[in-house]
Amino acid sequence: MVAGLVVMGTSLGGLNALREVLGALPASYPWPVVIVQHRSAEDVGDTLALTLQRACALPVREVEDKDPLEGGRVYIGPADYHLLIEPEGLALSTEGRVFFARPSINVLFESAAVVYGPSVVAVVLTGASADGAAGAARVKAGGGRLVVQDPATAESGVMPRAAMAAAQVDSVLPLDRIGGHLVRLASKR
Amino acid sequence: MTSDTAGSDLEALELELLTEGIYRHYGLDFRHYAVASLRRRVWGRVQAEKLTTITGLLERVLHDREAMERLLTHLSINVTAMFRDPTFYRAFREKVVPTLRSHPFIRIWHVGCSTGEEVYSMAILLEEAGLYERARLYATDMNETVLQQARKGIFAMNVMDEYARNYTLAGGERSLSDYYLTRYDYAMFHQSLRRNIVFAHHNLATDGSFNEFNVIVCRNVMIYFDRTLQGAVHRLFYSSLRRFGVLALGRKESLRGTPHEHDYEEIDPIEKLFRRQA
Repeated sequence: MVAGLVVMGTSLGGLNALREVLGALPASYPWPVVIVQHRSAEDVGDTLALTLQRACALPVREVEDKDPLEGGRVYIGPADYHLLIEPEGLALSTEGRVFFARPSINVLFESAAVVYGPSVVAVVLTGASADGAAGAARVKAGGGRLVVQDPATAESGVMPRAAMAAAQVDSVLPLDRIGGHLVRLASKR
Repeated sequence: MTSDTAGSDLEALELELLTEGIYRHYGLDFRHYAVASLRRRVWGRVQAEKLTTITGLLERVLHDREAMERLLTHLSINVTAMFRDPTFYRAFREKVVPTLRSHPFIRIWHVGCSTGEEVYSMAILLEEAGLYERARLYATDMNETVLQQARKGIFAMNVMDEYARNYTLAGGERSLSDYYLTRYDYAMFHQSLRRNIVFAHHNLATDGSFNEFNVIVCRNVMIYFDRTLQGAVHRLFYSSLRRFGVLALGRKESLRGTPHEHDYEEIDPIEKLFRRQA
């Protein structure tokens, strides 16, 4: 089990948002960062992970079932699978879509809350659906933290606003301040 | 410890009691299912039964066989479609079929076949490769309800368009509709395609091996098992495969950390096709 965990969700506008946030994390970042970006079932192959790797000092990997969860690494949910956190690491499932999405942000966030409770930092970035709002509420109920991208700076403010409506947000930040904030959170513990 | 961490611990306990109770009373073993996905599926059932706790579900399934049936179905339903992951079938066609040609007799085991879409897809692929006559497909699942469905070879017409697209992307040489008759809102696969398929009950958690196979297809089934059960199943597969037999996993599954990790050669590292070494 890791000491702290960042789970992140995004859809529309996500690629640029992720590049910016991940780009601000130093190679020494101690926690795992687990990301669900909404993807179509056909979006297979490594291109998303490779693209994000170019922007990121931490190793970026598309998840395989039962991958261990290790600090200082970035994990991307693969297309057409849900991504879940377990005590032993990462797991995949092929359950039905949630808000038409697989991978779903709610599924990731909720599973993180169950296992890691107060050690979770959930980040909701730009996106066009309400996926992630219920999961964010679950993270808060488990004692975790919720960081939301300022809707005014988001390509689509729908997802951040839905999270803000569903849960008590700890920080609303413009995109270029989120990475630094995650660094501060990890250094406090 | 916040009240919700205690809540999570209690929930974990209830889940354990549920699987233990089911095992002791029904002999169905979910004790080594992957906990995150099991938890979600169980909660789905708690809500569907209009209950509020996992322990409430335990009470109901212990005293009501039909409730247990519903839970079993819910735990074993797998998202499936004909020629799902078309690139898998392409890779199978290109890399595995040529090596099957040298065998006078081909046995293929479809593990966790659910309602049969994957098996019928393989049957079509083999037919187009001219190998169907000498093939026997064994399709197993732990759920008798889905097996009954699979045996019929009947699918709703409204999904056949999606299936037809998959079929073409998978390298299908004809038209998917060549293989079925249309009856009202349903497509029924020809008897000639079903002739060499046997659908049988088999439970990976409790049953042993029953044959030696040239190919074992087990895609996105073991993602629902924990590492312990996954390891036991891999041992079963290894002993059920002929030398140089092929194991096919789901696109995002891995042999890493499994008991026979080093006993296979990668035929296709992306489509997760592996060949058992001598």
